Amino acid sequence: MANSYYDPADLRKFGKITEWSEELGTKFFDYYGKVFEEGALSAREKSLIALAVAHVVKCPYCIDAYTKDGLQRGITKEEMMEAVHAGAAIESGATLVHGVQMMNKYNKLSM
Amino acid sequence: MKKAAKKSLKARDGELASINRQLDILNGGIFADGELPYFKDKIAEIGHFPLRPQKLEILQINVGYMCNQVCEHCHVDAGPDRKEIMTKETMEQCLEVIRNTGAHTLDLTGGAPEMNPNFKWFVEEAAKAGIQDFIVRSNLTIIRANKKYYDLPEFFKKHNVHVVSSMPHYTRGKTDKQRGDGVFDKSIKALQELNAVGYGIPDSSLRLDLVYNPSGAFLPGDQAAMERDFKKALDEDFGIQFHNLFAITNLPISRFLDYLIASDNYEDYMYALVDAYNPAAVENVMCTNTISVSWDGWLYDCDFNQMLDLKVANKIKHIKDYNEDLLNDRNIVISQHCYGCTAGAGSSCQGTVA
Repeated sequence: MANSYYDPADLRKFGKITEWSEELGTKFFDYYGKVFEEGALSAREKSLIALAVAHVVKCPYCIDAYTKDGLQRGITKEEMMEAVHAGAAIESGATLVHGVQMMNKYNKLSM
Repeated sequence: MKKAAKKSLKARDGELASINRQLDILNGGIFADGELPYFKDKIAEIGHFPLRPQKLEILQINVGYMCNQVCEHCHVDAGPDRKEIMTKETMEQCLEVIRNTGAHTLDLTGGAPEMNPNFKWFVEEAAKAGIQDFIVRSNLTIIRANKKYYDLPEFFKKHNVHVVSSMPHYTRGKTDKQRGDGVFDKSIKALQELNAVGYGIPDSSLRLDLVYNPSGAFLPGDQAAMERDFKKALDEDFGIQFHNLFAITNLPISRFLDYLIASDNYEDYMYALVDAYNPAAVENVMCTNTISVSWDGWLYDCDFNQMLDLKVANKIKHIKDYNEDLLNDRNIVISQHCYGCTAGAGSSCQGTVA
C-alpha cells in the first residue's frame, strides 16, 4: 500500500471500480459520459463547470483531469482561472451568507 | 516550463538525436514490462496485423529538414542548422513518379519546403502533372522571413497550390510557447496576405487549411469544435478566414519525445494514447494510403517512420526504383508511436480519420 492517500497514477485506474460492482459502475460511467456530451450546454462549457466544481470539492484527480481536458479543448489558462474563481466565490458566498443567520441570532439574543 | 530551444536535437547532440535510442524507448519500458500492450498486439485483436496498404492516394515528399523555426514539438527535428536538402537530381526522380502516379494528392513538406533552393522550379514542374490536390505545408512565418519569400502567396496562387499551415492556437502566448517568440504575429500577417490574394475565403478554390497541434502533453480535442473556436477568434480578432482545421496528435518521437521525457510526461502520455485507442481509426490510418519520400529519395510508410528511419518493408526502397504496384504489396512497419494515429478520432496529415 502507498504511504499517501492520493497517487496520481490511481486516476488511470478509475475505470476499475466497475470490477467490484459491474452494474452500478457501468451505470455511473454511462451517465458520466452522457452528462459531458454536447447538449443545451457545450462540452466546452461543461468542462469549465467541472473544473470549478473539482476545486470546490477539492478533488486532486478531478483537477488533473479537467485541467488536461481544458487544454485539449483549447481552453485558455485565463478562462480556467476565472472558472476556479467562480467556484471559489460561490464557496465563500456560501460561508458568508450564513453571516445573516449569525446576525439574526445575535439580534434575537440581544436587548 | 522552458523556452523553446534554438537548435535541433541533432545540433545539440541530444540523446534523442539517436534514432536507436528513440526506438529503445518506444519498444521498452512500460511496453516491454507488459504494463501497456504493443501496437501490433492491439491491431491483431481486430485482424489488422500485419497492417497492409489500401489504394495509394497521397504521395508525400519531404524536400528537406531545413527550417527557419525550431518548434518544440517538431517530429522532424527541423531547424536552421539542418543541412539535409533534396537535390535537383532526386527532384527529377520524384517528378518522374509524380507524372505517372495513381495518387490524387501530392503533399510537399519539410522543414520549410520553401527553403529548398529548387523549391519553385519543383512546384512549377510538379504542377504540370495536373495532380488533383497539390499541397504545400507552409509554416507561414517563412512568407515573412525574407524578401525573397514575399511573393509566395502569389506564387502559390499561380500554381493553384493548396496551402496547409501550422497554427497551434489563436492566442499569441500558446503559439509562441510552442513555435518561438514572434511566430504568432508573423503567422497572422502571413495569413492576412494569403487571404488578400484569395486564399481561405469561403467558396474560393484557393484552399487554405490550418493544422492544430496541441502545445503540450495532451491530445487534441474535437476537431469540429476546435475549428469553430479558431474561426470565430481569428475572424473577430484579425479578420482572418480559412477553410478547415486539421487536429493532429503529436507523435512521441524526436523533439516531442524529448519534451515528454524531460517534463516527466512520457508514461502518462503513452497511457493517454493507448486509452484513447480507437479500432475504427485503424481502418483509415494514413500509412494505408500514403507513401512518404525523404529528402534523399528513400521510401517510407509515413513521415514519422521516415524520422525513425524505418524504411518500407519492400524490395523497392528508393524513388529511383519506384514501382507503385510492387510497392503496394507490403507490410506496413509499425511501432508504439503508431498509437498516435489511432487515438480518439484518429490523426493523419489531413486531420482526423474516424
